[in-house]
Amino acid sequence: MEIIKPLSQYLAVMLLSPLLLGIINRVKALFAGRRGQPLLQLYFDLHKLLAKTPVYSRTTTWAFKAGPVIGVSAMVTILAVLPFAGRPSFLSFEGDFIFIIYLLGLARFATVLAALDTGSAFEGMGASREMQFAVFAEPAFFLGLTALARVTGQTSLAGMFGALTGDTWRVAAPVLALLTASFFIVLLAENSRVPADDPNTHLELTMIHEVMVLDHSGPELAYILYGASLKLWVFGSLIGCMVLPRHSGSWATDCGLFLLVMAAVAAAVGVVESAMGRLRLTKVPYMLITAFAFSALALIFQMGR
Amino acid sequence: MALVLLSFVILLLSAFLALCLARNPRRAQDAGAYGAVAASLAGLIPSVKVLFSGVSETLALPWPVPLGSFTLVLDPLSAFFLVPVFILTGLSAVYGVDYLAHYTGKKPLGLAWAAFNVLTASMALVFTAGNAVLFMLGWELMAASSFLLVLFEHEKAQARRAAFIYITAGGAGALLLLAAFSLLGAGSPVMDFSSFVFPAGRAASAVFLLALCGFGLKAGFIPLHVWLPEAHPAAPSHVSAVMSGIMIKTGVYGIIRTLSLAGPCPEWWGWTLLLLGAASCLLGALFALAQHELKRVLAYSSIENVGIILLALGLGVIGAANRAYPLAALAFAGALLHVFNHSLFKGLLFMGAGSVLQGAGTAELEALGGLSKRMPGTAMLFLAGAAAACALPPFNGFAGEFLVYLGAFRSVSSTGSIALAGVIAGLSLACAGALAAAAFSRAGGAAFLGEPRTERAAKARECGPLMLFSMRALAALCLLAGLFSPFLLLPLARAVGSGFGPAAGLEAAEAAAVPLIYVSAGGLLLLALIALAWAKRRAFLGGRKPAEGVTWDCGYAAPTPRMQYGASSFSQPLTDFFQPVLRKLGQYPVISEYFPGKASFSTEAQAVFYNSFYYPAAARLRDLAYRFSWIQHGRLQIYIMYIVVTLMGLLLWKL
Repeated sequence: MEIIKPLSQYLAVMLLSPLLLGIINRVKALFAGRRGQPLLQLYFDLHKLLAKTPVYSRTTTWAFKAGPVIGVSAMVTILAVLPFAGRPSFLSFEGDFIFIIYLLGLARFATVLAALDTGSAFEGMGASREMQFAVFAEPAFFLGLTALARVTGQTSLAGMFGALTGDTWRVAAPVLALLTASFFIVLLAENSRVPADDPNTHLELTMIHEVMVLDHSGPELAYILYGASLKLWVFGSLIGCMVLPRHSGSWATDCGLFLLVMAAVAAAVGVVESAMGRLRLTKVPYMLITAFAFSALALIFQMGR
Repeated sequence: MALVLLSFVILLLSAFLALCLARNPRRAQDAGAYGAVAASLAGLIPSVKVLFSGVSETLALPWPVPLGSFTLVLDPLSAFFLVPVFILTGLSAVYGVDYLAHYTGKKPLGLAWAAFNVLTASMALVFTAGNAVLFMLGWELMAASSFLLVLFEHEKAQARRAAFIYITAGGAGALLLLAAFSLLGAGSPVMDFSSFVFPAGRAASAVFLLALCGFGLKAGFIPLHVWLPEAHPAAPSHVSAVMSGIMIKTGVYGIIRTLSLAGPCPEWWGWTLLLLGAASCLLGALFALAQHELKRVLAYSSIENVGIILLALGLGVIGAANRAYPLAALAFAGALLHVFNHSLFKGLLFMGAGSVLQGAGTAELEALGGLSKRMPGTAMLFLAGAAAACALPPFNGFAGEFLVYLGAFRSVSSTGSIALAGVIAGLSLACAGALAAAAFSRAGGAAFLGEPRTERAAKARECGPLMLFSMRALAALCLLAGLFSPFLLLPLARAVGSGFGPAAGLEAAEAAAVPLIYVSAGGLLLLALIALAWAKRRAFLGGRKPAEGVTWDCGYAAPTPRMQYGASSFSQPLTDFFQPVLRKLGQYPVISEYFPGKASFSTEAQAVFYNSFYYPAAARLRDLAYRFSWIQHGRLQIYIMYIVVTLMGLLLWKL
């Protein structure tokens, strides 16, 4: 019977992650004084897109179709490794977060190749920017997880978050706060949210992630949108596990609380998007270097302790 | 052991035969290629056997050379390097048959095959030699035969320049090695490795530094890499595959043997290796990002990968010096596994670049594009190799780096200098990984995807069946070695055990087994999900035919291939950011009028180390040497007199 819990966690993530974008959009609408989209808009979109017939550019080859497929598969694999509410999933092992980082890399690689396959200058621009930001985001993310491994003395994600308790926060609050901030910046950049990118922009020249998928349509676009929502869940749940260190021992309570925290993280993203403008493209690396600096500072604090 | 000897004999005989049959290129090709494949099969059997049984084999034949003895030792460490030698040279020979067929009548194919087979035999000799004289014989044969192959297209000035830089670097390295060996073998009548006594104190450090520089000149880590980006692109592609895939690893092998001879090493050796490796993997990836030619991108990526291997070795030495043995074992195992993995995927990538070179007539990234339509097989296999080179799961590149990461993480939670070493190692790997992903998506995208940028690329043809066969085999090996990495653990543990002590081997196997099994499971899950998502995509279409159109270009009606994002534009944000390191040269047009006319723009990736250090140093040396040119008369009598005077002097000194 022990298999039921991870399985239901897994299914919950699969079903609920599109809701995060709905929450973000609702919060933004609230700030702007609009009524906004329905909370379940992404589900409707996915349903509609799956039934549509795609249009392929004559330039494209298999790489264009493989991009979304590999992208969404990589995300689903990551979720089999990622802890849920600080509890292990199916695959939890020493060094599992390295596997996650490289699976994120695989998804990015496939998406970038799919974008380049269209031969469009716009999609090339998006691909170039995506790779540029990854060069700064990945070390920040990696160093943050290193610091967390040092704080908790664990080497698997489930181990780290399982060992994170209220006491850890009491003892190492500055370190953990810095790490949470760093992860949040990486979340914004990796999920193409304001201030790194604007998901609602309508000018191809300024887009990053949206412009890479300009030519995708139908089921492929559905895969991409769903994959993006899973990716938001991946980064969101890291922050969720960071700020919710209390483990009550009851599985249902833990999971319920965790889902609430996830909704709060999405709301926080919505607040940031409403309160901030977008950074100039050339400034985004500095933002990510700030995240890197936070991670490095956390590690130095921790090593000096 | 008899089979290893047999493979030497086959290689040398077939090389001789290829030379004799040089008049008839087809026959020469057959002689060379069949010989190489047969020798590979013969050599693989004993190597694999030794790896699994763990029992070393030795063969000693009489050899009347002063200080020398014909001793061949096949221990698990040698066998671990021999396996990729035979896999890669066998497959490269198959590839080479189709590749060289284009040069029939234009080039001496018999000589090329003879050099190729001698190169294979000399590499196998280097990995099995148990005597310093024999080792140096193999080492110099390897340099000479590969020098000939680099000169294959000697009508090109660039190839001649590459060959000269290569032979200079090789000669300098051999000199340093001779010095190292003479320090090691001082006092013993035969220069057998087993009779070497590692000196103590300062002399030990001198041996280490000499060996590091001597072997480093072959391994090609920064700053000893100058020959590598010149020579690898100049050689025929199947030879570049061998040179990059395995020949540079002879340097790594030499460093490992030195460490193994030295026993417990001081910590600063580890730090030297670690920092050199970190610099090498970061700068290698960064320079790869700025190159304009496909084979040069791959050459710099080899520098990056040698850096990763060196970094892992350094981490291992630091761990061992601090008595953190599981950590050290993991790092050593990661280094060796990466040696194996790199030989597979880099071989595949160079072969892919060779197909592009032959199919499209150029490997300049800005002149390619759209080859995925014209050479679908090559495109898919190259991109798979690129994914493996970026260490993306489920391919094999990930497994080796993962072990290094694990080692780094074990050290992060401990105290003192190991923790710092772990952080540096992990961070360098992460940064280099991100840069490599950018470099490979740029190169693969510019060459294979989008629209062809030139006429030549538009007319590109798929390469021959044998070339495709070799690439398919290597790609399959990359995938299998990635998915089933736990099965590589036993040979790996044996090799680590024979290089760094049996305890290290056991610890590596113990520490790496469980995580690697999980990585395998994750890889299989990923593949299953990809298959599922692909099948589902079909099902969603439900038999409807997708519509065709043009790429969306903001409604612009007449897009041309030149409007695509090129390789330079793709990497421009990153190369601009790192301009202080890259120092790329560029000419940018200044637009001053309202209706500007034609303008031109160019960028060029500099060989920074060569231009700003080696070339000025060599020029200084040359000027110095000219001062003594009066010694050189060109008269034979005077030269003989020099010899006689020297001999007399030596005689008097000895008396």
